[in-house]
Amino acid sequence: MAERFTKSMARNIYLGGSAFFVLLFLALTLDTQVRAMPERDNRDQLTDQVVRGKHVWENNNCVGCHSLMGEGAYFAPELANVFNRRGDGDSEVFQAYMNAWMNAMPTNVPGRRQMPNFNLTDEEIEDLAVFLEWTSKIDDNDWPPNIEG
Amino acid sequence: MKYESQRVAMPYFIFALVLFAGQILFGLILGLQYVVGDFLFPEIPFNVARMVHTNLLIVWLLFGFMGATYYMVPEEAQTELHSPLLAWILFWVFAIAGTLTILGYLFVDYATLADVTMNKLLPTMGREFLEQPTITKIGIALVVVGFLYNVMMTALKGRKTVVNIVLITGLIGLAVLWMFAFYNPGNLTQDKYFWWFVVHLWVEGVWELIMGAILAYVLIKLTGVDREVIEKWLYVIIAMALITGIIGTGHHFFWIGPPEYWLWLGSVFSALEPLPFFMMVIFAFNMINRRRRNHPNKAAMLWAMGTAVMAFLGAGVWGFLHTLAPVNYYTHGSQITAAHGHMAFYGAYVMIVLTIISYAVPIMRGRPYGNSNTAQIVEMWGFWLMTVSMVFITLFLTGAGVLQVWLQRIPESGEALSFMATQDNIALFYWARLVAGCFFMAGLVVYFGSFFIKGQASPAEEVRGPAPQEA
Repeated sequence: MAERFTKSMARNIYLGGSAFFVLLFLALTLDTQVRAMPERDNRDQLTDQVVRGKHVWENNNCVGCHSLMGEGAYFAPELANVFNRRGDGDSEVFQAYMNAWMNAMPTNVPGRRQMPNFNLTDEEIEDLAVFLEWTSKIDDNDWPPNIEG
Repeated sequence: MKYESQRVAMPYFIFALVLFAGQILFGLILGLQYVVGDFLFPEIPFNVARMVHTNLLIVWLLFGFMGATYYMVPEEAQTELHSPLLAWILFWVFAIAGTLTILGYLFVDYATLADVTMNKLLPTMGREFLEQPTITKIGIALVVVGFLYNVMMTALKGRKTVVNIVLITGLIGLAVLWMFAFYNPGNLTQDKYFWWFVVHLWVEGVWELIMGAILAYVLIKLTGVDREVIEKWLYVIIAMALITGIIGTGHHFFWIGPPEYWLWLGSVFSALEPLPFFMMVIFAFNMINRRRRNHPNKAAMLWAMGTAVMAFLGAGVWGFLHTLAPVNYYTHGSQITAAHGHMAFYGAYVMIVLTIISYAVPIMRGRPYGNSNTAQIVEMWGFWLMTVSMVFITLFLTGAGVLQVWLQRIPESGEALSFMATQDNIALFYWARLVAGCFFMAGLVVYFGSFFIKGQASPAEEVRGPAPQEA
């Protein structure tokens, strides 16, 4: 670097640049959270049951194998659109599917990836299904590209 | 070693390396589970092994950063550490809490763990990388606060160097952003948005300050280049890191609910995120070319160059590969992400910790000129085995990812293969990755072996030009 570019100039770029971008980030966060998100995450349908379902999701570490909106592990299928993939977009069909699926685990097919049986109650399975249905309706810029996730 | 209290770094480094070995062991288990799905089922299901693998990584890197800080800050400040006793107490608190948490993952069913640690009171568990029970999260916060107190009291009473200021700024940022680990709203989109305040703003934000400071410190010591020059570089690098990385968080906001303007902001700013890593490469090689002495610790020099190059490849190039929104639409949450994650963490953070260990541990063991030639050669074998293996792990995962996107993501619904059918089709890449993982483990064993070779390098330090000023 040229000698005319001094250490204090470099420090000022660091301090000024990072201060500016921290403030810009906070402003964008405010806009995202306060103005934009309420219209995109259908929070008017965010019932207590959805929140209970989220806790079932968390307490069993589902994200340790699956991804949800593309985030998590990549060992098992994406679940943000499983309501459409396996439930055909119908709550009752999906509930029935989830009940059958969760109770059929593990398959114990030799050599295949195994999902544990989490011993969930019928109510917990229903909460989880409602949570996944709510998640599938978030406006996420049309991700994933197709039904397979 | 100029100050006796620097020695407290030693247990931190040793424990970090022990956890590193555990991380790699569980990495191999995961790699095998990818191809032999029921391996160790139901004793260690995939989700448990993965949690152990990633949490061990995070915790051992924190141990490494803390060790680095305890070593560097007193020497930079030219004073003894404020309280070596506090550093020892916090070491044992963190080591025991960390070990108990990992054992909890392995021997207690996760839902039961959530129950007995009273996750209900303040639910924070079950989110990727933040799986720790709330009580462990509180423990980490307390350990970090005690650590920061100790370090800042040391820095404030002594010489205030840019290395110390940048390092401590990064550590304060680490502590502050950790607070978002306790925020877990019932609304998934909000949860995800602020989850990235910990995850992204750590690894693509404040951790880069820590990495930059450690690299600058080691280069000052190894090359004898004037501190003024190195500090100027450090400021420019961290300026670039924060200017690109903060808004660059937007590349995680594409598909989780936030509005469309993040597609543009995230793409543009994260496309610039390779810049600070590229500058680290230029910086490291430039300083080494302009060196005023040939430090006999060649292994440390190799790690310093290696971390700059591999961080640029892993974080910079492999990050850029899938960061533009139109590309990420297809690659998001695929094996491409895994490929990038592996090389970026290894290149930037694993290797910077191994760099400071390579420099500092011989000194703490009474070998100011570094280890004996034999030990250094063995260490360099470890370097090359691990680094080349990681390159192959990344390439194989990239191959798996490209094929996965081709089969599962690009075709229309109805024509695309299902997730599991795709996994069967790309199994060959997973086998190859597993083989590369075994070589990595072999490299780690060789690297560990280098610590048990006796003797030190000869003090034949050749000084070029004028003797370095007080470094």
